[in-house]
Amino acid sequence: MSSDKQKVTSTDEFIKGLWRDNPVFVQVLGMCPTLAVTNTAENAFAMGLATAFVLLMSNILVSLLRNFVPKQVRIASYILIIATFVTVTDYAIQAISVELHKSLGAFISLIVVNCLILSRAEAFASKNTVGRSILDALGMGLGFTFALFCLGAVREILGNGSIFNMPIFPEGYQSWIVMILPAGGFFTLAAWLLVINKVQTRKAKS
Amino acid sequence: MNTESLGTIFLNAALVNNFVLAYFLGICPFLGVSGKMETATKMGGAVTFVMIISSMCAYGIHSLLVAINAPFLQLISYIVVIASTVQLVEMFIKKISPALFKSLGIFLPLITTNCAILAVALFQTSKGYGFLQSVVYSLGAGAGFMLALVLIAGIREQLNFAEVPSISKGTALTLFIAGILSLCFMGFAGLGA
Repeated sequence: MSSDKQKVTSTDEFIKGLWRDNPVFVQVLGMCPTLAVTNTAENAFAMGLATAFVLLMSNILVSLLRNFVPKQVRIASYILIIATFVTVTDYAIQAISVELHKSLGAFISLIVVNCLILSRAEAFASKNTVGRSILDALGMGLGFTFALFCLGAVREILGNGSIFNMPIFPEGYQSWIVMILPAGGFFTLAAWLLVINKVQTRKAKS
Repeated sequence: MNTESLGTIFLNAALVNNFVLAYFLGICPFLGVSGKMETATKMGGAVTFVMIISSMCAYGIHSLLVAINAPFLQLISYIVVIASTVQLVEMFIKKISPALFKSLGIFLPLITTNCAILAVALFQTSKGYGFLQSVVYSLGAGAGFMLALVLIAGIREQLNFAEVPSISKGTALTLFIAGILSLCFMGFAGLGA
């Protein structure tokens, strides 16, 4: 009985980040990278994966150390753990693709201050076992990547007439430059939130 | 070494490349505490103060790290400095104004994870600003942050009296306003260059 319950909730741990508690659309966490690097689908995807990696590693470590870190200095230690993995990611991306590193710029370093990662460490990993923390991180990370991709795809299709640098519209398509600009980021996210709200209210009614 | 004049740096950071509306930095407090004008002003002040202190420290740390040839420690040491400055400001505000302390609430410790502050430290390093330039840069960034916060707080206070579709209440509406403000700020492009 108890193992049965355990099983159901572990899957739930993973699923919740994807949709019900999606970090971007529902919790509105980690807004800065969400808006800043989603001008193309490729950037958005890379940023999502980098954040998911840092989230996964920091969740594992925080969860392992949860019984050793004194309560008073926990936030500081979480930040240090996160900063370490971000530095690793920063150097790794530089090694894999200099071009990508250039287009993401300072926003890779800024993963440190992504509220999503710290909030998962504080709210989840510091209270749960390693296995569950991994599932939680995977769910949240994928949910974050998915949300970023949704934004990036819309902005690239409308603003540049392409997806993953492949043109999809016939010649002569007048691209909406504004979608690539900062203002477009705000508008796209606002529009997605409207859609999500609409779906949620319809669900609540039925 | 960068040779931009101090005025250009200030204008650039405050208006042309406004941290909130052009770089999307510090969006969390921007959405969180921009409901009321009064809190917005004070939040802006606190953030500016932390920015200036941490930018000065970041300048010193960067020279030190270059001297001992350990650039990979940059991120970690910056964030430690910022976290301790925030702690200091928090104790200071709690002592002199408990009411303000209460109204800022959870967003005060969250200044640590305000990307705008870390970004100031990182950008000034990558642009190679000198000490005075760094201070002016952080001052400009802080002023820009406060300006954006106050502008949107003013609009949101008025919007409380307006009727909006039920699905656009809350974050979505704030983001639409932010988008329009961001369009307005594009008018400054080319001013500081």
